[in-house]
Amino acid sequence: MTSLYWLPEMPDWRIKVRALGDDPAAAWDAAVGLANARIDFTRTNALDEMLRRSLDGALPQGLSTKPVRLALLGSGTLTQLLGGIRVGCLRRGIHADIHEGDYGQYWQEIADTGSALHSFKPNTVILALDAYHLTAGVTASMEQQDADAALTEMLARIRDCWRMLREAFGCHIIHQTPLPVHPGLLGSNEHRLPGAPAAFIARLTAALRTAADADGVDLLALDTRAAVDGVKAWHDAGLWHRAKQEVSPAAAPMYGELAARLIAAKQGRAFKCLVLDLDNTLWGGVVGDDGLEGLVLGQGSALGEAFVAFQTYARELSRRGVILAVCSKNDEANALEPFEKHPEMVLRRGDIACFIANWSDKAANIRAIAQDLNIGLDAMVFVDDNPFERTLVRQELPMVAVPEVSDEPSSYPQTLADAGYFEALGITDDDRARSAQYQGNRQREALKASVTDLPSYLRGLEMQLIWRRFDQIGLQRTVQLINKTNQFNLTTRRYTEDDVLAIMRDNRAFGLQLRLLDRFGDNGIIAILIGRMLNETDLLIDTWLMSCRVLGRQVEPTSLNLIVTQARALAATRVIGEYVPTKKNGMVRDHYLKLGFTAAEPLDGGGQRFVLELGLFEMAGTFIDVVEG
Amino acid sequence: MTEADIYAVLAEIFRDAFMHDVALSAELTAKDVPGWDSFKQIEIIVALEEKYGIKFHTRELDSLHSVGDLVRVLGGKLPR
Repeated sequence: MTSLYWLPEMPDWRIKVRALGDDPAAAWDAAVGLANARIDFTRTNALDEMLRRSLDGALPQGLSTKPVRLALLGSGTLTQLLGGIRVGCLRRGIHADIHEGDYGQYWQEIADTGSALHSFKPNTVILALDAYHLTAGVTASMEQQDADAALTEMLARIRDCWRMLREAFGCHIIHQTPLPVHPGLLGSNEHRLPGAPAAFIARLTAALRTAADADGVDLLALDTRAAVDGVKAWHDAGLWHRAKQEVSPAAAPMYGELAARLIAAKQGRAFKCLVLDLDNTLWGGVVGDDGLEGLVLGQGSALGEAFVAFQTYARELSRRGVILAVCSKNDEANALEPFEKHPEMVLRRGDIACFIANWSDKAANIRAIAQDLNIGLDAMVFVDDNPFERTLVRQELPMVAVPEVSDEPSSYPQTLADAGYFEALGITDDDRARSAQYQGNRQREALKASVTDLPSYLRGLEMQLIWRRFDQIGLQRTVQLINKTNQFNLTTRRYTEDDVLAIMRDNRAFGLQLRLLDRFGDNGIIAILIGRMLNETDLLIDTWLMSCRVLGRQVEPTSLNLIVTQARALAATRVIGEYVPTKKNGMVRDHYLKLGFTAAEPLDGGGQRFVLELGLFEMAGTFIDVVEG
Repeated sequence: MTEADIYAVLAEIFRDAFMHDVALSAELTAKDVPGWDSFKQIEIIVALEEKYGIKFHTRELDSLHSVGDLVRVLGGKLPR
């Protein structure tokens, strides 16, 4: 099954999609909404086509995401996947312009610098080599060493493609793993026949994983999906013979989902927080009515074990960096009791970064959770067994993801996994430490409540800011922050790894990563500063972004002190700041004025420049101890 | 399913596939409808397969030259 079953049905979908052409200016936002309904491939293609007609080749205005120029290259027919990929990106607010390689010409297109691919200049490439192509010449009569040689050769060919793509475009490379389409020749022990195509594909796929890690390539793991959905849901041998489509059009929306998740993750746009209802979501029964003893939870009943399994899955997610929160209609004391006293609870109070139980409506409470955790509503996933609450939250907060779960708790873990909200390309140390950081945040709030004035609070935090220039170790996190920070981001310029490496090499520029520690723990890298000399006297602050977690902690003036020090070292006499407005960064509109800059000329597109004369500047005093580290 | 039922089903499938109503008749062929290329043909077939949990055979697909052919083949696959 490849349907997008976690998305809700939308009434009047067909009427709404036809209305997309009525108002081109509103078409993009409307289409994002339509893409977040449960749609099959016909509707996916219809949405894609109507939106493209409405946009008529123009890029939608005011996107907070980075537009993708995607090249889809492969050995078979790929046209049936284009709509699915564009709509998968659309679902995440990302605009994708796709170049489809000529049928079977991937090698020539990559190698020939005069090809259409090279003039297209992709920033993302999906390489989709089908299992038939990859096993050309592989046959059961092969000896082990012949099969080994064929495998080595094919792997080398693929890595050559990756290398050439990287050298030519410095782009994000996604390699689609082949579908296991070959019927077996031996059976369960197919691997004992080295030249069996099925065995060859299995070995090659395993080798691709190692090679992809070594070469910095991300995999689009169709083999993993096929293991969940069944190969037949993805591949139709009749269609292969008819149209050379390795992937059936019926599976194209899911293919597009998988691709778009990787693309979004590369831009740092994954969901961050799982908000959980309690009664009949985390345990069976209603704690306020049934009492602690009446809850269905734990060993001894199938239903109780299903809830334990879901709690365990949620805890595993938190251990890899997903923040957990609770939003429940309950008296707080009742809601907390199972977390503190029920012996079968897997989740404990300490696993929950923000716990809200009251009788207000859930949309308001989810807003409060977002505010408390300082994350965007568009980073939140809300799981509730109650269809009424789901509908209410979707209506009030369309940017919150609300999976359409059934009343069967044993299905919840797989539903969350299939929905792919938390897709990640790897795990950073910050991800691992995040739960602890949010716990630290709660202790900081407690301290804030216990001291009466802000200076004593800030002094009591014993903050230390450790700054260093961009480096290889921090590269992944730097790129992640540059691409996902929306709110406290003065210019919202998105950069790739290669862009950041270029800044590191530029001796007329600097890139700084700032880490903030306090008595409650390490907040991780919380700010990125990029400056570059515009001319002999003026240093431009190209990028200034900061995690909202550390707002109100004097990090801003401390950062300016660092910028000024760097600017002076480059012999600058003025520092130029820019504010480029987006949908999300209104909070920093007056950032430079607050820091003592003077407003200067407006920028094209509604932004503004600000100037700071260094001759008159005095370093601000703060409660933050600054060290280079 | 009567022939009229099948036409009603096809009308809906075609409407979603082409984003407008298509006047279906037994004589209608792909060259009569703008955008009905080999990809659209596969899309229509797969949409029918998904909707009814059926599978068209290669020989059946090869025998399709008009809407009338499609109605005939579909009629043989759906419960009467």
